[in-house]
Amino acid sequence: MFSFFQSIGAYTIGGVRKTGHMTVFLGTTLYWTVRPPLKVGRLLRQISFTGAKSVPLIVLTGGFTGMILGLQVYYTLRKFGADAYLGPAVALSLIRELGPVLSALMITGRAGSAIAAEIGIMRITEQVDALESMSLSPFRYLMAPNLLAGIIAFPLLGSIFNVVGIYGGYIVGVKLLGVSSGTYFSGIQDFIEFNDITDGLIKSLSFGVIMIWICTYEGYYTRHGAEGVSKATTTAVVMSSILVLVWDYFLNSVMV
Amino acid sequence: MIEVKGLYKSFNGQEVLKGVDFSVDKGEIFAVIGKSGEGKSVLLKHLLGLLKPDSGQVLVDGEDMSALSGPALYKLRDRFGYLFQGGALFDSMSIFDNVAFPLREKTKLKPKEVTERVEDELAKVGLSGVGHKFPAEVSGGMKKRAAFARVLVMRPEIVLFDEPTTGLDPILVDSVHNLIVWGQKEYGYTAVVVSHEIPEIFGVAGRLAFLSGGVMLQVGTPEQIRNSDIPIIKRFVRATPEGGFLDEQA
Repeated sequence: MFSFFQSIGAYTIGGVRKTGHMTVFLGTTLYWTVRPPLKVGRLLRQISFTGAKSVPLIVLTGGFTGMILGLQVYYTLRKFGADAYLGPAVALSLIRELGPVLSALMITGRAGSAIAAEIGIMRITEQVDALESMSLSPFRYLMAPNLLAGIIAFPLLGSIFNVVGIYGGYIVGVKLLGVSSGTYFSGIQDFIEFNDITDGLIKSLSFGVIMIWICTYEGYYTRHGAEGVSKATTTAVVMSSILVLVWDYFLNSVMV
Repeated sequence: MIEVKGLYKSFNGQEVLKGVDFSVDKGEIFAVIGKSGEGKSVLLKHLLGLLKPDSGQVLVDGEDMSALSGPALYKLRDRFGYLFQGGALFDSMSIFDNVAFPLREKTKLKPKEVTERVEDELAKVGLSGVGHKFPAEVSGGMKKRAAFARVLVMRPEIVLFDEPTTGLDPILVDSVHNLIVWGQKEYGYTAVVVSHEIPEIFGVAGRLAFLSGGVMLQVGTPEQIRNSDIPIIKRFVRATPEGGFLDEQA
């Protein structure tokens, strides 16, 4: 019985310690992100990797998400004779919720895992130590450009997801199911407010911070060779995805 | 120049260093030898402040490396160069860019001066014409030499070598040892070399220390270590397996 409580205590202390450690890591990353000079080359490389190279994936998933939404929402709205509201229903769902969340989960799967693996391999092959040995902070060269790239890329990719999704809904609703094109777009214009868009962008931005934070942290503290890298990558993706959803719930409860 | 006093370090309750003491004089090549897993690399990382001891001191010209952090630690570390076991070249950069990296980041040299200095350094370690290649495209020996060029390009006062010959064939081992000695004569650095290359290391180091069980069992000249009376050192130097396998055969 005693060992049961002992293990609960040890688990709790371990959790609190890791949370503190991760918070310090995020603070250090933020410090090196705002401290000049910025590593522009590295930042552009990361924007290209996290952002530009994720565009095809985002277009594909955004398009199909919009099409599925168009189909499902149309049949639901038709039951109430409200199929004219298809446009705003699809757009609101995407802009406020599905765009930021699904794009974040997609980017985490594609870029987050690669970021964790790259930093993890740099750690186990002593490349991170090599930076330290030259009196150069790994936070400036590895973490800060990644964070800034995430802050820039996530809202942009989320927006692309939304636009493509809205057109996906348009294809299904207007071209296949016969909703009027004018009704679809004018409804969007009438019902979408500016704060819907800013709320979505804030979500995307915060999801970017979460993903980069967790993935760089897990990569940076990789241990024990190839198995360690594999473990760090898995943990990074799973933890980022869960945190994105938990944080999304928290933001929704504040924003709605 | 470097003085290590009562260095203790443990990982998850396992004691690796249990009170290590030794000193290294300016301009000498000092080797740390011992069996695998005795904490030689851990010790070397303490000398550079990459690891913090549980207790003890690492004094560099009287300044305690283990007590420093932030800019003060970085300033002291600028006097060091570190040759990692696997070279630790940045695999996303070419050999040239690897060697140029510290110059670009830490000096205000013009691109032309950087190019000249990097090409000069690559030539000195016998890597002329391979600057455009990436670390994955060159052999283990070339990686070590490129990493050595990256260290030398900053003209460090102290160079730490972490098993610089691991995984190399005997000819390359010899060439890396020659480079260490040549570099010391050329640039006058103080070197600390972690190695298990017996007997080759005796021809490189001015003094050696034998690390075993978390302490320095003996510090002395190659001759003193070679003629040591301590059984474990005798076995190590004569490459006799533990338990007297060869004695039993005789």
